[in-house]
Amino acid sequence: MLSLTQVQAKHTLPDLPYDYSALEPVISGEIMELHHSKHHQAYVNGLNAASEQMEEAQSKGDVASMTKLVKAINFNGGGHINHSIFWENLCPVKDYRPPQGALLEKINQDFGSLEKMQANLTASTVGLQGSGWGWLGYDKQTDQLYVKTMANQDPLSCGAPLFGIDAWEHAYYLQYKNVRPDYVKAIWDIVNWKDVEQRFEAARK
Amino acid sequence: MTFQLPSLNYGYEALEPHIDGTTMTIHHTKHHNTYVTKMNAAVGACPELGSMDLLTLNQKIGTSEIPADQMTNVRNNGGGHWNHSFFWTVLAPPSSTNGPSSELKAAIDGAFGSMDEMKSKFNAAAAGRFGSGWAWLGVEEGGKLTITSTANQDNPLMANVVDQACIPVLGLDVWEHAYYLKYQNKRPEYIQNFWSVVNWEAVNGYYAEATQGKAPKL
Repeated sequence: MLSLTQVQAKHTLPDLPYDYSALEPVISGEIMELHHSKHHQAYVNGLNAASEQMEEAQSKGDVASMTKLVKAINFNGGGHINHSIFWENLCPVKDYRPPQGALLEKINQDFGSLEKMQANLTASTVGLQGSGWGWLGYDKQTDQLYVKTMANQDPLSCGAPLFGIDAWEHAYYLQYKNVRPDYVKAIWDIVNWKDVEQRFEAARK
Repeated sequence: MTFQLPSLNYGYEALEPHIDGTTMTIHHTKHHNTYVTKMNAAVGACPELGSMDLLTLNQKIGTSEIPADQMTNVRNNGGGHWNHSFFWTVLAPPSSTNGPSSELKAAIDGAFGSMDEMKSKFNAAAAGRFGSGWAWLGVEEGGKLTITSTANQDNPLMANVVDQACIPVLGLDVWEHAYYLKYQNKRPEYIQNFWSVVNWEAVNGYYAEATQGKAPKL
């Protein structure tokens, strides 16, 4: 007899492509360890728990429970997606190189210059109220790069996320305290442009 | 009207070990102060805002009495200024935190079953608020005690925009800046510790006023 419920592989915390201290002095090892092994892990755990409960609710046709669980899946799934991108978006200072190729061309085309795009994303991320993310995204339908902020762990709502800046206080508070602008300014030194370029290539296909 | 950062009734270290001195210092002198500065800047840019006091500004969020282009600004900064001004008054050094009045205790038992059950519900609201926000114990229209949480710098006085309006008698800031330096990701531990520094005398006073339909006088 065919089982109507899919047994889904559990979501797992991805390893970082570098050590916890590798992004210093921009982001401290203490923050990286908490951020990865506690915050991101909690989203993974939450997603697994909510997914399991959702499967059960679906198999019973329990729509009331399904509706309640959607929120938990949004929070935790979004957190898992966003942080998984974030770790790859960053690289140690020593490995930094500026953006190039098709992405740089598109940045110049859509924003005027790299500096203007950075200023735009910086201002948006610094100005975000509460918790959330600042994103550089690409919309294939309009063939446009754009900057957008999302609240809490909502995944980027349109197009493809290319580069995200976590603006939740846990991402910077131990090191930068209330001075989010200093954190956002510094993060530009550790952008893994190769990763961002690859996401752009993939999004254009 | 110019908004002012209120002073605390206790030293920055006075709530230790439950809330650390560094957090209190930054929370008051940086975070709260920024809300005050920005609220004053909003009044500078839009003088008609200056004709309303802080309570009124909060109560009018989501109504046409606040210019549409200032709404977000007032909601964030007017909300933030009220919330933190209120918060400092419901905290006190652990040695002086007394307890709920007999009236409040009776109301808590009536609404939630017991003090422990009230705390349990409050803790769940505080822990379950995703992202930034606040947890509240308040008095609804009709006089019943209720527990709710709000996002960002919203509060239950903002009747036109929140899920559950009420007059706050106790509140807890669950923005990460309120606890991260000492507790990091362990928000539940921060929430537990909060109960050791609740200024019940203030809460009792707010409750007495709230049952008469009056909002806290800060």
